[in-house]
Amino acid sequence: MDKPMINVSDTKIFGFWVYLMTDLIIFAVLFACFIVLHGNTFNGPTAKELFHLPTALAETLFLLTSSFTCSLGMLAISRQQKKWAIVWFIVTFLLGAAFLYIEISEFSEFLAKGASWKRSAFLSSFFTLVGTHGLHISIGLLWMVVMMFRIALRPLTEHSVSRIFRMALFWHFLDFVWIFIFTTVYGIGYLL
Amino acid sequence: MRDFFFGKLTWDAVPHVWYTIGGTVFIILAAIAIGIYLTLTKRWGWLWNEWLTSTDPKKIGTMYMVFASLMFFRGMLDAGMVWLQQAIAADSQGYLTADHFQQIFTSHGDIMVFFVTMSFFFGLMNWIVPLQIGARDLAFPFLNSLGFWLTVSGGLLINLFFVIGGDFANTGWLAIAPFSELEFNPSVGVDYLIWSLQLSGAGSLLAGINFLVTIIKKRAPGMTLMKMPLFTWNSLCAMVLIISAFPVLTATTLLLWLDRAFEMHFFTIGYAGNQMMYWNLIWMWGHPEVYILVIPAFGMFSEIVSTFSQKKTSGYVSMVWAALTITTLSFLVWLHHFFVMGAGPNVNSFFGIVTMLIAIPAGVQVFNWIFTMYKGKINLASPMYWFIGFLVLFMIGGMAGIFMASPPADFQVHNSLFLVAHFHTMIVGVALFGIFAGITFWFPKIFGFKLNERLDKQAFWFWFAGFFVAFMPLYLLGFMGAPRRIDHYAAATGWQPLYITALAGFCFILCGIATQVYLVIESIKNRKQNLDTTGDPWNGRTLEWATHSPPPFYNFATVPYITSHEVFWDMKKKGWEREKKYEDIECFKNTGMGIYISIFAFLLGFGIVWQIIWLIVLSLVGVIACIIRLSFDDEMEYVLPAEEVAKIEEAYHRG
Repeated sequence: MDKPMINVSDTKIFGFWVYLMTDLIIFAVLFACFIVLHGNTFNGPTAKELFHLPTALAETLFLLTSSFTCSLGMLAISRQQKKWAIVWFIVTFLLGAAFLYIEISEFSEFLAKGASWKRSAFLSSFFTLVGTHGLHISIGLLWMVVMMFRIALRPLTEHSVSRIFRMALFWHFLDFVWIFIFTTVYGIGYLL
Repeated sequence: MRDFFFGKLTWDAVPHVWYTIGGTVFIILAAIAIGIYLTLTKRWGWLWNEWLTSTDPKKIGTMYMVFASLMFFRGMLDAGMVWLQQAIAADSQGYLTADHFQQIFTSHGDIMVFFVTMSFFFGLMNWIVPLQIGARDLAFPFLNSLGFWLTVSGGLLINLFFVIGGDFANTGWLAIAPFSELEFNPSVGVDYLIWSLQLSGAGSLLAGINFLVTIIKKRAPGMTLMKMPLFTWNSLCAMVLIISAFPVLTATTLLLWLDRAFEMHFFTIGYAGNQMMYWNLIWMWGHPEVYILVIPAFGMFSEIVSTFSQKKTSGYVSMVWAALTITTLSFLVWLHHFFVMGAGPNVNSFFGIVTMLIAIPAGVQVFNWIFTMYKGKINLASPMYWFIGFLVLFMIGGMAGIFMASPPADFQVHNSLFLVAHFHTMIVGVALFGIFAGITFWFPKIFGFKLNERLDKQAFWFWFAGFFVAFMPLYLLGFMGAPRRIDHYAAATGWQPLYITALAGFCFILCGIATQVYLVIESIKNRKQNLDTTGDPWNGRTLEWATHSPPPFYNFATVPYITSHEVFWDMKKKGWEREKKYEDIECFKNTGMGIYISIFAFLLGFGIVWQIIWLIVLSLVGVIACIIRLSFDDEMEYVLPAEEVAKIEEAYHRG
């Protein structure tokens, strides 16, 4: 390839970056709430009693790896290799789905222990912050499926590449947010 | 099963008091009348193709204006009801119950802030920002349409409580917790408030991103940041504020809703919730929000004062820095809304001092406006009337603000009518006067004829005099200890004469509004006498006056090279003529997708308010399906060939 397929001065990609910043501010509010409320357990279960660090570490590894395979998918796109792109995005999707599965089973385990979001302000903020991230992951997975259909059905024009690139940006963004959830929620929550 | 199909909806929700029945009947009759009119004049197709599905920013701007005007009448009705109640409720209950009174001032606040002021500003920006920077369209024309329709669906939802439900929130415009929690507010009024703000907030956020990207990426060649006109600069600052602040509103109101719908405990009194966090979060959005309402007005006044003084804006660079400074400082002052919370002297001092610092950039702007007029050839056209009125009110409101920035003084007037008078001076005197000035100033650009000057000046005098009569008594009442938001009081307080004076002032303002309505009708009727054939009716200085009035849908046939922030003035000095070299232009197709998504979003909001599960699922699927459909739609632009452009331009030249 002589000229790069992804036009970084693309207005749409710039606009998408701005959107990601607004999403980041939503997460910032949720983080702030968690930090303020993480001690407000109202005699219910505390972070230390609930969190299981190895589970969170497994989630982290799944998500970080999925970011890597997502980049491999983008690399295949820029080399016009449709098949490899779809293969890598399927791997990414499976890793993301595994992450989501672990998260949901963690949530249902908490609920079984009686640690629901109704129990205390701490648990409300925990479920909201981590749940909002999980909701974003679900949207990302849906988006990835749509983009795989697009790759299969449509030629890889500059238009398509820009769309796929934005999906990939979104996925990396969720990874970035998760790193903060892992350290702030599970890490600090576990230590303090 | 009942819950699945109807949620919280019961027969009690249908209108059963005279004012909700009246409101419902009025809404239905108005809809039928409009439907009949459109059918008789065969205008359905025209309305759909030319307006509703349009992605042309000038048309979307006009639709924002129409929507904002309708909401303005709605908000003024609330204002009148509040004032009437307070004028007669000495030693009696007046004509409203306490709860009803609270709902009225709540909806007055929300409608005026979100649906009137912000919609007017987005309308004006849609009209003017692309023209000022020499762009043919916004960066994302489809998102512009979607943002507008989301705002409209929010506006419909906030008025829907009249028809279904019968109650609105009684919490004040910010839905302050814990009073807005389920424990104290079990009806759906607060949910209506939350979800109409979610919808319109999403619309504002999309518009904010769109204008930011447009201003950063779509400027004409040669226009560096420091060559942008001041209205564009101030719009950019307001967009930065929207992008940084509106996600906080979205998140905060969502948390409140989670408390209400899922029994969470962010802001509840029990289960270790933290109520003060709500105050902090909502004002972290709320203070930038009040600057979102005034910064665009500052930009408009800068354009107006320099055009009508026929002189360069004094201190352009300092004006830009002043706007940027206000933008930055506005994030560091939120706590001054609740000095009485008891954060301690150190915290209060910090926020007090930062609040006072805002007076410096504001002062820089005021002096620059005055210096611009100094030794200028001032043409006292009607936008200048609004400008001078603004300058007076801005000084008064600003002084009151500085006074309250000092925590000890604020302790005395916190939650009193003094505060109400202060922020109305700012929002009416700055934002609304700015909107009126801007509309008068740019109306001929968009529609091709001027508004009637004489009537506009009359309207100004009604508003200006009415403002003093209506709001000066509130400053006095504040000092006399009258709290805000009271539905009745003892006659022994001696407040009643002042309340009655305020009501009289409101009547003056109503005369002003009536004059403005007449003004628009009269100007449209006699437009032949006020036609603007040159495209430059006021001897303007910035790029928007270089194109025709009304501009063709592609704005500029040829985009000039920009050499200064008053490029049109420089072009005119050099003996400018319209170039007749035409090129192919890429245009954006009309699309109804913005409307479809907004309809589903409206249904989603309604479903969530009443917790109707099937409707929530169905409308969510609808929204997602529309978005997936869009992601396979690559042919949204078409090319307008140079010959077509030439034909349109020739038609303009022939007149």
